[in-house]
Amino acid sequence: MTRRSFAGARNALTLVVALLLLWQGVWLLVGDVALPSPLATLRYTAKLVSGDTFYPHLYDTMRAFAIAFALSVVIGLFVGFWLGFDKLSGDALEPMIVTFYAIPKLTLYPILLLAFGLGLSAKVAFGVIHGVIPVILFTLAAVRNTKPILLKTGHVLKLSRPQMVRWILFPAAMPEIFTGLRVGFSLTLIGSLLAEMFASQRGLGYLLMTGIGLHNIELVMSVTLLIVVFAAAVSTVLLMIDKRLHRQG
Amino acid sequence: MSRVALYRAAVVAAAIALLEVLCLTGVIDKITMQAPHLIARDLWRLLASGQMNGAIAKTATNTALALVLALCVGVVAGALIHRWRGLRDTLEPLFATYYAVPVFAFYPFFIVVFGLGDLPQILIAFMLGVVAMIVNTLNGLDRVPTVLLKTARIMRLSPLQTALRLTLPAAAPYILTGAKLAVAYAFIGIIGSEFILSRGGIGYEISFAYTNFDNAVMYPLIVLILIASIAINSVLGRVERTLLARRGM
Repeated sequence: MTRRSFAGARNALTLVVALLLLWQGVWLLVGDVALPSPLATLRYTAKLVSGDTFYPHLYDTMRAFAIAFALSVVIGLFVGFWLGFDKLSGDALEPMIVTFYAIPKLTLYPILLLAFGLGLSAKVAFGVIHGVIPVILFTLAAVRNTKPILLKTGHVLKLSRPQMVRWILFPAAMPEIFTGLRVGFSLTLIGSLLAEMFASQRGLGYLLMTGIGLHNIELVMSVTLLIVVFAAAVSTVLLMIDKRLHRQG
Repeated sequence: MSRVALYRAAVVAAAIALLEVLCLTGVIDKITMQAPHLIARDLWRLLASGQMNGAIAKTATNTALALVLALCVGVVAGALIHRWRGLRDTLEPLFATYYAVPVFAFYPFFIVVFGLGDLPQILIAFMLGVVAMIVNTLNGLDRVPTVLLKTARIMRLSPLQTALRLTLPAAAPYILTGAKLAVAYAFIGIIGSEFILSRGGIGYEISFAYTNFDNAVMYPLIVLILIASIAINSVLGRVERTLLARRGM
């Protein structure tokens, strides 16, 4: 196992170096006007992170994201368990949820804005409609694929439905549910950022759009870099936990 | 109709009826949303008048361009990466975290580099779609039966002949799954970037109507996009199922 994780780290490192080289190469081609070099971007990022103006935006995005993710998990688990138990509802609604995943949800954002008003709640709602889908779908599949012998044991022990969920379904479905949470985490983040890019007065997405307005390429690159590094780092950690859970199961 | 289809139709009908009642009784005010039958009427008028034809054509052309690009590059890149073990190992962490990174965060950067034209939108849509294509091509090629590869070697086929005549057709169902995702992603990429910042297309028209509180245009267009993406998805889903069924999967 250590050898495998060593190989993984080496691959990730090679990839990062290759991407940096690519960036440097493109910079050499197009010049400072279009693209700041990796070094210049890092320097600007350091300045941005050490200043005060950055943190209110970060706080705003993270608050919207945290609330949205919490709601996605609660709603997603609830609906997922329900659809997993109720075969008819599950069969009928699952394809509809899958289809909902494939539509351009950004077009729904104006409706949310009109319903919730410009601000935190619209952003949270937009994050939730992105993040809740994978949580529902993975939970549903996990509940359905629980080994029948486990369910029979539960019936023999005369467990009530909540007890069944708590002591049998949840532990058995944990690896799958975690995968749903992992994907939901990423999609919620994407949703929150997208909402800020379209209409908001604060947040990282807003900062990106201001960067274009002011033609401040260094700001655009720095914020993009921070978002990408954050998303990739968290997703890598979650992926590692995910793999470990699946190996145990 | 089966029970499941009946259930599904009932859910959709109930949702529309509920909206209709809420709108007519004034629980949802006119500024927030129009009654569904008015949306249907406005959509019909909008399409009949032809004033959206330009926007529809622009969105459709850009989506098609991005899709074709993603399909071709995805399959070729997938086939090449499959042959080259080291490259695949290096790219594995990229594929694993790719969809956790908000690709739209690169849109401002592309606008700065390429200007506010069609190219940044097509690039975003391409970037969203191509990785799904590569990953599914790799997945399909992994499952090509060894006996086919041995046959190719006995027939002394060149690598290109092997790819075109044996491995790619054998991997077709998986490649089609990738293509289905790529279609959805290309559509999301184009509409989304039009929506955030652009000078034309359906996404732009929706955001323009939103800014002007023109609900008589905004809601019909949102419904149009929903119908289009749901239709495309169910057609592709059906093709995929037939193809898989023919292979006995």
